[in-house]
Amino acid sequence: MAEIIEKSKFVGQPIERVEDNILLQGKAQYSDHLATRPGTAHAAILRSPHAHAEIVSTDVSRAKAHPGVFDVLTGEDIEKISDPFLIVLRAPINQWALAVGKVRYVGEPVAIVIARDRYVAEDALSLIEVDYRALEPAVDQEAAALDGSPIVHEAAGSNVVSTREFTYGSPNEAFAEADKIVKIKVRYPRNSQTPLEGFVVNAEYISGEDLYDVASNYQGPFTSHPVMSMALRVRNSQLRMRMPQWSGGGFGIKVQIFPYVVLICLASKIVGRPVKWVEDKLEHLAAAAAAPNRVIELEAACKKDGTVTGFKFDQLDDYGAFLRAPMPGPLYRMHGILTGAYDIKHLAVRNRVVLTNKCPSAMVRGFGGPQMYYAIERVMHQVAAELDLDPLDVIRKNLVPEGVFPYRAAAGALLDSGDYPKAVELGVKEGGLEELKKRRDQARSEGKLYGIGYAAIVEPAQSNMGYLSNILPHSERQRNPKGGAAANATITVDPLGTVSVTADSIPQGQGHQTILSQIVADELGLKPQAIKVNLDFDTAKDAWSIATGNYSSRFSSATAVACYKAAQKIKDKLARIASQSLNVPPDQIGFAEGNIFDTLNPENSIKFYRAAGAAHWTPGALPEGMEPCVRETGSWSPPELESPNDKDQINTSLTYGFVFDYCGVEIDRDTGAVKIDKYVTTHDSGKLLNPLIADGQVYGAFAWGVGCALYEEFVYGEDGSFKTGTFADYLVPTSYEVPEPQIVHMESPSLVTPLGAKGIGEGNCMSTPVCIANAVADATGAKDLTLPLIASKVAKLIHADEDVPPSQDFQFTKDDGLLRGQGTAYVSATAQDVWRTLLDPVALAAIIPGCHKLDEVSKNSYRAEVTLGVGPVKGRFRAIVALSDMVEETSATLSGGLEGPLGASRGIGHVRLSETDGQTCITYDYAIELSGKVASVGGRMLKGAAKALVNQFFQRLTAQIYNSGTKNITDSGRQGNAIWQWIKRILGFKS
Amino acid sequence: MPVLGKDARHQVTLTLNGKEVSGFAEPRMLLSDFLTHEIGITSCHVGCEHGVCGACTILVDGNITRACLTFAVQADGCDIDTSESLAHPDGELSDLQKAFRKHHGLQCGYCTPGILMSLTAYLKEKSKPTEEEIREVLSGHLCRCTGYVGMVRAVLDYCEKREN
Amino acid sequence: MKPKGFDYLRADSVAEATEALAQGGEDARLIAGGMSLVPMLNFRLVEPSILIDISKIKDRKYIQEKNGMIEIGSATRQCELEKWDQVESKLPLLAKALPVLGHYQTRARGTICGSLVHADPSSELPLCLATLGGEVVLSSTKGERVVKAEEFQTGMLSVSKQSNEMVVAARYPIAQGETGYAFREMSQRHGDYAIVALAAVVTKNKIKLGVGGVADKPTVREWDHLDGTDLDDALNAFAWDLGGYDDIHATARYRRELVRRLGKKTIEEAKNASVR
Repeated sequence: MAEIIEKSKFVGQPIERVEDNILLQGKAQYSDHLATRPGTAHAAILRSPHAHAEIVSTDVSRAKAHPGVFDVLTGEDIEKISDPFLIVLRAPINQWALAVGKVRYVGEPVAIVIARDRYVAEDALSLIEVDYRALEPAVDQEAAALDGSPIVHEAAGSNVVSTREFTYGSPNEAFAEADKIVKIKVRYPRNSQTPLEGFVVNAEYISGEDLYDVASNYQGPFTSHPVMSMALRVRNSQLRMRMPQWSGGGFGIKVQIFPYVVLICLASKIVGRPVKWVEDKLEHLAAAAAAPNRVIELEAACKKDGTVTGFKFDQLDDYGAFLRAPMPGPLYRMHGILTGAYDIKHLAVRNRVVLTNKCPSAMVRGFGGPQMYYAIERVMHQVAAELDLDPLDVIRKNLVPEGVFPYRAAAGALLDSGDYPKAVELGVKEGGLEELKKRRDQARSEGKLYGIGYAAIVEPAQSNMGYLSNILPHSERQRNPKGGAAANATITVDPLGTVSVTADSIPQGQGHQTILSQIVADELGLKPQAIKVNLDFDTAKDAWSIATGNYSSRFSSATAVACYKAAQKIKDKLARIASQSLNVPPDQIGFAEGNIFDTLNPENSIKFYRAAGAAHWTPGALPEGMEPCVRETGSWSPPELESPNDKDQINTSLTYGFVFDYCGVEIDRDTGAVKIDKYVTTHDSGKLLNPLIADGQVYGAFAWGVGCALYEEFVYGEDGSFKTGTFADYLVPTSYEVPEPQIVHMESPSLVTPLGAKGIGEGNCMSTPVCIANAVADATGAKDLTLPLIASKVAKLIHADEDVPPSQDFQFTKDDGLLRGQGTAYVSATAQDVWRTLLDPVALAAIIPGCHKLDEVSKNSYRAEVTLGVGPVKGRFRAIVALSDMVEETSATLSGGLEGPLGASRGIGHVRLSETDGQTCITYDYAIELSGKVASVGGRMLKGAAKALVNQFFQRLTAQIYNSGTKNITDSGRQGNAIWQWIKRILGFKS
Repeated sequence: MPVLGKDARHQVTLTLNGKEVSGFAEPRMLLSDFLTHEIGITSCHVGCEHGVCGACTILVDGNITRACLTFAVQADGCDIDTSESLAHPDGELSDLQKAFRKHHGLQCGYCTPGILMSLTAYLKEKSKPTEEEIREVLSGHLCRCTGYVGMVRAVLDYCEKREN
Repeated sequence: MKPKGFDYLRADSVAEATEALAQGGEDARLIAGGMSLVPMLNFRLVEPSILIDISKIKDRKYIQEKNGMIEIGSATRQCELEKWDQVESKLPLLAKALPVLGHYQTRARGTICGSLVHADPSSELPLCLATLGGEVVLSSTKGERVVKAEEFQTGMLSVSKQSNEMVVAARYPIAQGETGYAFREMSQRHGDYAIVALAAVVTKNKIKLGVGGVADKPTVREWDHLDGTDLDDALNAFAWDLGGYDDIHATARYRRELVRRLGKKTIEEAKNASVR
């Protein structure tokens, strides 16, 4: 336990940020602005259009020959000179910086072009030819966990690569004695906070030193530094990572730069020049990282009065195609507080890690909390619903009571301070809950759909480096126990007495410079403006440890404390120097207003800069034994962060704040749109170091929470295609969608950190999604709610079933993510003529839209080059077309595939012919999978486009057979005419 | 005008924040890349390169423009204003910038210059917008850090003070 | 995400632009605001051989009345029509649609004619053109022709403009007396492409409803005056006839629901406006 700062001048004040001056002028240098050496090459990455495929061959010769291209590398080149990334589990899940042998998700890097500039590099991407053999993908996480599923990593034997079960207390007894068991199953979606600035890597291999010198907006945690150096086969000191002061947001995702750091390092080594790569948004959305989607079945054992005595968790967390370090962190980071804000003694847990053919998961703000609390707070709401109690009363009844802190939660979290019931009552009062209930009553009396939701959560901060050890059984982890979380900061006072600070927090906009300047200013009796804080980072020069980085809300309880400790060392030293000239003992010395003085006689003082200067100018005159100069590093790791014990209990984080939210939402009866009418969020985050910045963190986390609740999801098709590759489809909420929440603060200083501060930047990522969902549940009475609650999904809950279509012709298409359609065409020709045309390669070449070239590979099997498109959108593809299941003049199956820069496609179609009176009726249906770039960016239009193209094929067929004999074309009984007009125009007919 | 060939780099001359600058660009070079990598300014931030996020927003001849949806050759001969121009020459922030600082209207600062340029143009045509109108204008920008609260407050405060 | 190489021509006149189009062939593209085209260039979905910039053709920047229509030149930006002092009185439907068309920032750059040529099935301006029965003026080296809205947009991203033609103006019919206009749309977020957009024009005897975002292009249906369940049935039949697809933002069924529900409200709003 540590002392609390009693008096402070700047800490705790809402002072304006020192960062803002340069940022507001647009003069901050982000990673893309860093100077590069002349001769620096630029990289572009070819990415897989397939969710799962074998790489049969790769031909880079045309790309290499393209003017301005220095080299083109594939997995084979990389594999020779690097090792697969180290992972947390001992399992054969090998990932290199480029795909080797197989691709496992849409967007996986397959090859890299290094060229004169990015434009030329992208030109060359389209010249690389990769032959894939498509494999069935494992997409749905529950299906992937079953026997018989396609396997993402064959060597691992199963997609479920880790299963752990835990028991705390006596859950079986609790459930046996329960009055009621309430069960809920939730599916938390994939999402990410998607920083606006993409990944940037500047890397140079310096051969004379066997050193990789990297400048990047990497954010740590530095647990991934050795992952990189080992992949590069160098000692840690031979990978120098430099991070600039300015980063355009991170939110956890920027740890996943690390595979690209390795890739660009290797590229630099091979081409012998510095290489720069900047990730674009298409790459980011498809392939950077996502928070894991999780299926949770949660059972609560309840008493009639709403007391919950036990939880049973069954969690299945989807990490995508690889288990990149520090995965599966989201499943274990929250482990110590699986009981949330509640005093629940009995807990059973099953955690399973599953791999699928999706982008690998990673750290994203909230880091496991949003998923876990979605289950916990939905089940608490459901307990109230099923026991006919008020949901807030159920929360109140189960909260960890006052006066028990520090409180050891069932799974091991040591809740450090707080008064949860008091915080709830404060939020109820300050936020005006009674008012809000009246609004709900009023709205409902007017026939509106209105609901109120609640969420009470515990917000952890500063992860214990030992939390992931729990993935191994106690016996195994004993060999290499891990725990703690170190932080470092260094303060220098130069010969003229100016103070500068460096620290290991790697900020991304959180205002760390400002807060460190506040802390140091208070300690040294200076103004914050006088403290120069430099938070750019260099692993070759700055103090760092494995826990360094910007994650797990560690700043205020880790780096800020290290800085405070460094300031105290400086203070001690300067006090001793000053005590010599002031002739008073050091413990009688004070610091204020730029002076160091005798606290009993403030007139007796020396200027701060003179005392500091003495250590530089006249080291010989320093007190006996004192070292010259003034530079001190503070390091700290809290003792409370121990390794998991033999009962699998672990204090997963150092501090635990409390968040209590409630909101009122109104649902539009026509559209299903959810409007947040009022939102109140109450925080007890310990001592607030800077309330202005603290509120900013709450607003930011809240906005992302709104996004997760109502808009944001990375959507995959059943074929593993990725469908949200732009900001037009991955829906980031704007100022119009995010209301201003009311913030209520309470401050219960943490007892385990000297500054008393806790984290505050992640709470609303955890509380807001479920709070909004609970309000929607209250409004609609629905139990199964899957985020994001987009309007069309909510509409389904509130609209009655649709009547049958007025016309019997209407054909419903199955909604399985495939592009499907059917149609009928009539042609004034015999079935024999039609049949002959289909089998004639020359005719087929004329029928296939945009066909440049068609070669018969074997009987009824062709290879073609085609240009396909809709409107101005066009792309060149290599196609394979085969006819099968042929019944002479009656029916055939067409199947095939396309590959090209715009993506890959597989499809199957059936054609049936029937002849009456010399006229042939052609009926057809088709099902097409489309994956890659077009599927990622063109989602809204794909079905229409596919339909237009398929129609084009059949129109061309009829045109080929009998140029003007076509009488009537319909397509699913609708729009056929418009498309036909269009086709006719393309074919040069007059309408 | 002559056709500018795709493989050549063509001279592009702009008046950037009141000063004439010049560089070379292939026809396909985006204005955002030209300003950042050819001219060397640091305020035109590339976010999405498809016109949604607004981080690259600048003024071209006084009109709000997404630099990522404009080619450098299109801007030849134009007046360009970026957020570097907003502060007073002695480095003192403008009133709008100060309001952003006061209300914590920015965190990582990546979206900020673009937002300031949109507001600069908008607040010339509208003296005292409502909160709803401010939110309408800001909705053309994405910010992942702030939840927009501080920005809205900053603009309201700025307009209030400007009025007096 | 960088475009493929192309030649560039800044055209000073329609003649220069159409001459370049005639020479450039199929793969020549015009650029005005670039709000829809440049994202497609950056994605390399569109790879033109030459980009002909028509945004600076001075005599194409105008809004003028002509034969009962408002003619808008091809260099006129959306914000210019939005701020035009007669937009409320002459083009009330557009006055309602423009504020939800993209964002303040995209309207500052995007042009009216560019949006029509892009022909996004969800787009507001083509929907208004179709519902009001407007027309576009096309020009080529061979001369000019005028195409009616219903013949202009032929499908998704597809129009009946030949590759050697340039849209030089759009014409929207001027509002008539005793006619009500209303516009509504549902989108995921403010400024997004509409999931369903609805434009209604109601006169004493007729109801006209245009729907965007459902079929491959804006679709307009006209009825004699209908009320109550007759209107419900008519809207239901229309909703089913439109077809529509499931995508990640909405199901086909949801789109039908919106046509029925918001269609009715839009018509009612237009009715009330016409009475006034």
